[in-house]
Amino acid sequence: MSDSPVAVEQAHGPELLHHFADPEQQRAAASLGMWLFLATEIMFFGGMFCAYLVYRRWYFAEFAASSRTLDIWLGTINTIVLICSSLTVALGVRAAQMGKRKLLVVLLILTLIFGLAFLGIKGKEWSDKFHEHHIPGPQFDAGEIQLNGHPVDARSAQIFFSLYFAMTGMHALHMIIGVFMFVILTWYAWKGRFNQRYYTPVENCGLYWHFVDIIWIYLFPLLYLIDRKK
Amino acid sequence: MSEHIIPTRTYYLIWISLMCLTVITAAVAFVDLGQFNTIVALSIATLKALLVVLFFMHLKYTNEKMSKVAVISALFWLVLLLALSLTDYGWRGAGAV
Repeated sequence: MSDSPVAVEQAHGPELLHHFADPEQQRAAASLGMWLFLATEIMFFGGMFCAYLVYRRWYFAEFAASSRTLDIWLGTINTIVLICSSLTVALGVRAAQMGKRKLLVVLLILTLIFGLAFLGIKGKEWSDKFHEHHIPGPQFDAGEIQLNGHPVDARSAQIFFSLYFAMTGMHALHMIIGVFMFVILTWYAWKGRFNQRYYTPVENCGLYWHFVDIIWIYLFPLLYLIDRKK
Repeated sequence: MSEHIIPTRTYYLIWISLMCLTVITAAVAFVDLGQFNTIVALSIATLKALLVVLFFMHLKYTNEKMSKVAVISALFWLVLLLALSLTDYGWRGAGAV
C-alpha cells in the first residue's frame, strides 16, 4: 500500500471492511475461509463414506442386491443435471468477474432451475423407496431385494438403506441450503451489488455448489453403479 | 489485481468431458468386469472431481497457495480416515465388532 489513506479510500467501494488493508486481502481471506470450510465438509462426508465402505465390505451380497433396487437412469439423469448446474455456476462466476449483471442473473436462475430439478428427481426416487417399503424400520420389506434369485438378510439390507438415506439426505440438505444461498445471490445480483472489483459472495457460493457436485460425483458410482454386475 | 478470467471455451470443454465421462461410467456399469467395475467407476469419479476442482473451482489458476494447502490437507486427512479405518474394520469380518 503505497498510496495515501485518502487515495486508498477512493480506490475501493463500500464493501471493504475496516479491518482489511485492501480489497485483495479481503478477497483472499474470504477465499481461504471458504476452502477451510470445504475441508471440514470433506471430513463430514468422509465419515459417511468410510461407514459405507466398511459395511459394504462386511455385507457385500446385501449391499449389491440393495444397490440394484435403485434406479440407475434417474441417478444418471441427476448426475447430468448437476454437471449442467456446475457449468452455469462457473459461467456465472465468470460473468460476475466481468461485471455482466444481466448475464449473471440469468445464469444464477438457470442454476436454481437445475438445482430444483435435481431435488425433484431425488424426491421421486425417495417416494419410490417409500412405496417399495425400502425404508429401514419395522415396515421394511426385503422381499424384492434378491441377489441372483436368492433372498438376502433383511437386517443387513437395512444398513445399506440407512446409509443410502443418510448420504443422499445430507447431500440433498446441502443442495437445499445451496438453493437458498443462490436465491439470495440472485436477488443481490439483480440489485447490482456485485461488480468487477467485488464478487466474493458469487465466487464462494460457487465453490460451495461445485463441492456439493463433487460429493454427488462420488455418491453416484458408490450407490448406483459399482454393484450392478457381480 | 483481479482473478484470472478463463475463456468460456474452456468451461464448455470441461462440461462436455464431464458429460461424456458420466455416460461412459453409467454404460460400464452394465458390463461385467468383476473387480474392475469398482476401480473403473471410482477412477472416472476421481477424474471428474479433478476436472471440477481444477477448472470450475479455479484451483489450477489461483495464485493463492493457501487454497491448495487447504485442499491437500483435507485429502490427507480423508486418506488417513479411510485407510486406517479400513485396515482395521475391513479385516475383522462381518459383525465382528
